[in-house]
Amino acid sequence: MFSLYARRRLINAISLGISVLAMAFGLFWLGWILLTLLIQGLPGLNLTIFTQTTPPPGSMGGLSNAIWGSLMMTFLATIIGTPIGILAGTYLAEFGQRGWLSPVTRFINDILLSAPSIVIGLFVYAVYVVKIGHFSGWGGTLALSIIVIPVVIRTTENMLRLIPNSLREAAAALGAPQWKVITFVTLRAARAGILTGILLAIARISGETAPLLFTALNNQFFSSNMNQPMANLPVVIFQFAMSPYDDWRSLAWAGALLITFSVLTINIVARVMFRQKANTN
Amino acid sequence: MSTLIREDRLKRQNLLDILFRNLTRLCAFGVLALLVAIIVSLITSSSLAMHEFGFGFLTSADWNPVTEKFGALVPIVGTIATSVIALLIAIPVSFGIAIFLTELSPQWMRRPLGVAIELLAGIPSIIYGMWGLFVFVPIFADDIEPWINNNLGHLPVISPLFTGPNLGISVLAAGIILAIMIIPFIASVMRDVFDVVPSLLKESAYGLGATTWEVMYQVVLPYTKIGVVGGIMLGLGRALGETMAITFVIGNAHQLSSSLLKPGNSISSALANEFTEAVGDLYTSALVELGLILFFITFVVLSLARFMLYKLAQREGRGA
Repeated sequence: MFSLYARRRLINAISLGISVLAMAFGLFWLGWILLTLLIQGLPGLNLTIFTQTTPPPGSMGGLSNAIWGSLMMTFLATIIGTPIGILAGTYLAEFGQRGWLSPVTRFINDILLSAPSIVIGLFVYAVYVVKIGHFSGWGGTLALSIIVIPVVIRTTENMLRLIPNSLREAAAALGAPQWKVITFVTLRAARAGILTGILLAIARISGETAPLLFTALNNQFFSSNMNQPMANLPVVIFQFAMSPYDDWRSLAWAGALLITFSVLTINIVARVMFRQKANTN
Repeated sequence: MSTLIREDRLKRQNLLDILFRNLTRLCAFGVLALLVAIIVSLITSSSLAMHEFGFGFLTSADWNPVTEKFGALVPIVGTIATSVIALLIAIPVSFGIAIFLTELSPQWMRRPLGVAIELLAGIPSIIYGMWGLFVFVPIFADDIEPWINNNLGHLPVISPLFTGPNLGISVLAAGIILAIMIIPFIASVMRDVFDVVPSLLKESAYGLGATTWEVMYQVVLPYTKIGVVGGIMLGLGRALGETMAITFVIGNAHQLSSSLLKPGNSISSALANEFTEAVGDLYTSALVELGLILFFITFVVLSLARFMLYKLAQREGRGA
């Protein structure tokens, strides 16, 4: 009897110990990766990164064209993807109680949410890049916006579902038509949560590399022309990191540091924002 | 007169209502159309290769751009092998993390630790790839691979898997890095489904004198089984489609070998490396067909994952 008890206690202690180790294992990689980025990236991080364009090997330069291209494509993709995502999410939460469209859309959206991004790159290549005959900033933007849409749909729907029905009923009882109830009452009440979703979508696309390889490609020069190939941080990091030149590699590390810490900052801001919202309720 | 104006306004609002509803419906329908468009465009762009190679494409290990002979076997095997390695490592670790976050951790540490694990998912995959190539692979080649060769390379049955050159760049290294990437996805789904277990169930088990481990393994896990499997499939879906992290470390070698310590290739890294440089329609079309296969596999896996998670949510809804 006692030995059985002791054995159970032992098994418990061992498995809980392993669970603590698993947690430590996860944190260990996070720490190691961030530390590596700081050690390798900080020496290369200076003002010229932001003022000069990507250099040929062996000469000085920065990443300004890549940063600018990334910012532009991320911004435009968000602008394009967000309204579509919010409207579709609104349909799922507010109108989709009946019929076949909303369960099917919800299912497909969940699949697109984790679909391989490289396939989305292939898709945009086939329907857009091939048609216009060259790589372009718009192609990259299109691919990124396709990644934004499912993220925004999911959070919009989830957030709208959290809004109590009494709010909708109160507005309807005052005689407000449905479109006003939704735009002025429910969407407004859910805006902090939806904003969180948009931020998470931005964080997701700012590090995406695979869909940009076949769409925006890269550009050695500073360019704001969306109809031309466009430099962007992830692809520059990819090409520079794979190169045999030391100065290119150190630029790649600086870019990697920049991109990781921006993405993580956006992630943390989004979470903090949403928690504040949760607290006020 | 005034009723006329009111009717007019009512009509206008009704019209706006219909417009708004159909606008949102159009956007929802757009998602559907998007999926159809992706499938159709992949099929039409790969029709040339489908025509040329037929079903032999799936079983041929050839990949020769010069003679234009293409087969998908090597990348398919590489994709599956790396994902399986990743799952083997990630499932137990994620389970441990989920137990820690739901049962062991002090309340005030739960949120920061949960966020830290989720941040692991926020790191862009190209960073994993770069870190893998410059930091992990050298250590793997110098310290871990010789150990594997010496200790696992002589065991019966599995020895062919674990003998190979100590290059570092290998299918196994890619699988390990993939594991680190999918741990946060699986762990956060596990944590979420563990959280929905009614405390009544857990408290009853504790009341009967069960230990924490027994409660987790014999009460919580059976109750959330479907959700846990769903989470694992979700992680698998991620692993299958992951591109950049693998491209850096797998070596992109179109060769079939039984050893996990040799370089290989995966569907996504073949695409990332070769697509922009592919010359000739047949080459491009064969690469697109690879993409189609990848999309098909992940579609099936993700559908199963969602199906299981829905089922759990349904039961949850009924139980409450």
